Amino acid sequence: MTTAEKILARASGRDIVRPGEYVTAKIDKFMSHDAFAAVHMSLASVGVQKICNPERVVVALDHYVPPPTQRAASIHQLVRDGVRKYGITNFYAERGGIAHQVMMEKGHVLPGQLVVGTDSHTCTYGALGAASCGIGFSEMAYALATGKLWFRVPQTIRFELNGELPFPVSSKDIILKIAGDYSAEAAQYKAVEFSGRASRDMSVESRMTISNMAVEIGAKFCFFETDDKTQAYLSNRTHVPYQEIHFEEPSENMEVYHIDVSEMEPVVAIPHCVDNVKQISQLERLEIHQAILGSCTNGRLEDLRIGAEFIKGKTVHPNVRLLVIPASWEIYRQAMDEGLLSIFLEAGGIILNPSCGPCFGAHMGLLAPGERCISSTNRNFKGRMGSDQAEVFLASPATVITSAVHGYIADPRES
Amino acid sequence: MYVIEGRVWVFGDNVDTDAIVAGEYLDAPIEETIKHVFASLKPDFVNEVRQGDVIVAGKNFGCGSSRENAPASLKAVGIKCIIAESFARIFFRNAIAIGLPVISALGVPGRFQEGDTASIDFSRSMIVNVTDGDSLPAEPLADEMIEILDSGGILEVLRRHGGGNQ
Repeated sequence: MTTAEKILARASGRDIVRPGEYVTAKIDKFMSHDAFAAVHMSLASVGVQKICNPERVVVALDHYVPPPTQRAASIHQLVRDGVRKYGITNFYAERGGIAHQVMMEKGHVLPGQLVVGTDSHTCTYGALGAASCGIGFSEMAYALATGKLWFRVPQTIRFELNGELPFPVSSKDIILKIAGDYSAEAAQYKAVEFSGRASRDMSVESRMTISNMAVEIGAKFCFFETDDKTQAYLSNRTHVPYQEIHFEEPSENMEVYHIDVSEMEPVVAIPHCVDNVKQISQLERLEIHQAILGSCTNGRLEDLRIGAEFIKGKTVHPNVRLLVIPASWEIYRQAMDEGLLSIFLEAGGIILNPSCGPCFGAHMGLLAPGERCISSTNRNFKGRMGSDQAEVFLASPATVITSAVHGYIADPRES
Repeated sequence: MYVIEGRVWVFGDNVDTDAIVAGEYLDAPIEETIKHVFASLKPDFVNEVRQGDVIVAGKNFGCGSSRENAPASLKAVGIKCIIAESFARIFFRNAIAIGLPVISALGVPGRFQEGDTASIDFSRSMIVNVTDGDSLPAEPLADEMIEILDSGGILEVLRRHGGGNQ
């Protein structure tokens, strides 16, 4: 069986499941963020007083931190009220960070678990070998009340990443290139397994960047195998035993894409689709007004280190506002201890608190009509980050920072 | 199940959740979000949509966020059913979960003009263009989804079952 089939079979109490079948599966972990306010109201609307497994629930405020409006502040009040009412102890208020990062760095996610979250980027936990996916708040209310949810067993496809990735090309370039080459629908309803030398060479953080964006190619789940890097990551964070994830040989009918990363170039996703991808060398000179280094895609320590390396001793272009957003308080503190934050400050960057920030268009760095932003986030949809007459380009941390220095979208190999 | 008939609005591929309702209204109540549905993609939509209308779209409808206000706003402005070549999975689940019928039909783009009348027969999984008599098969919905739709949404299923384990 594939990884997705094994996990769904185990969670639904069956020996075997097949793609296309529907199963009702027991959920191992539940993640919610500011949307827990809506979950709470949904539970209340149908008279649910108690949830099944409060110890399996993690709630972290991340979208509206700190609240930019009275309405957002009221939403956070509702979240706190719900967390108290249902006895949820794994609650990270403003001092946790982006929920996905908190889930992984605080040891809430283990290989082989079935996890649902009220956010489309819940698939990020596949970097650690969990079957994780996004759902809406009504389904979350149902899942919390009953402990279960229906799933269609997905087909599985595999991307075998071969070769050695040439620095400063990164895992962000790989997932953008996959979206560009195979489309935003490449993995629609499917589970994706990432294998090959380049997958094994990657840090757990780099794997998280890929699994985070798996939903941008339509994927339901995304998996990386358990190896010494996974073990090292988890050993500092949890003592709970887990089942390692190892892929079986692909069956004859599994679609396997072989990708050689050794010749790969830095790429950029052009507005307004994630799969509208070009090599950076093919771009005309495009001036920018904002650059963002952060988010659940690329706001980890590794990303901040690369950013600092590319900006050290330089300054942000006067026409550009550079926003640096560590993905969590743990990362924020480490970046401070390593001196990375002072490098960004001295270069003229604005350091924001760990949060989703402007990524989803609510606050802290929105775009005016005609403005252009290069961002290490995961979506460039029209109007996502402010005006629908603005443009968002997606790229790696190295490309974002190089561009912030030059004032236009620039190749990090020529910085 | 049942048959839905309605006037058609036509959309292309990759209509994302920000195009349905922009992120700045993510925390807004539904009375507010319905004023901004398809604001940049089809500015006339909110003024001209009528109760009972149907959307016909291309590939990957509803891609992007897990925000439930996307299908909920479409339902609230009067959309009775969405037919698409394919749906993004979270949008598809959310639509079923709030009791908005959605159905995939390969080859549906190009089979309808804006303003045509579409008829969707869920028991036979057939889609008919009433305006020109054309018809095509759709992908049947699973029993789990039909139970949720018949109940009026997953929260109604929960209410009916006495709130889960309680």
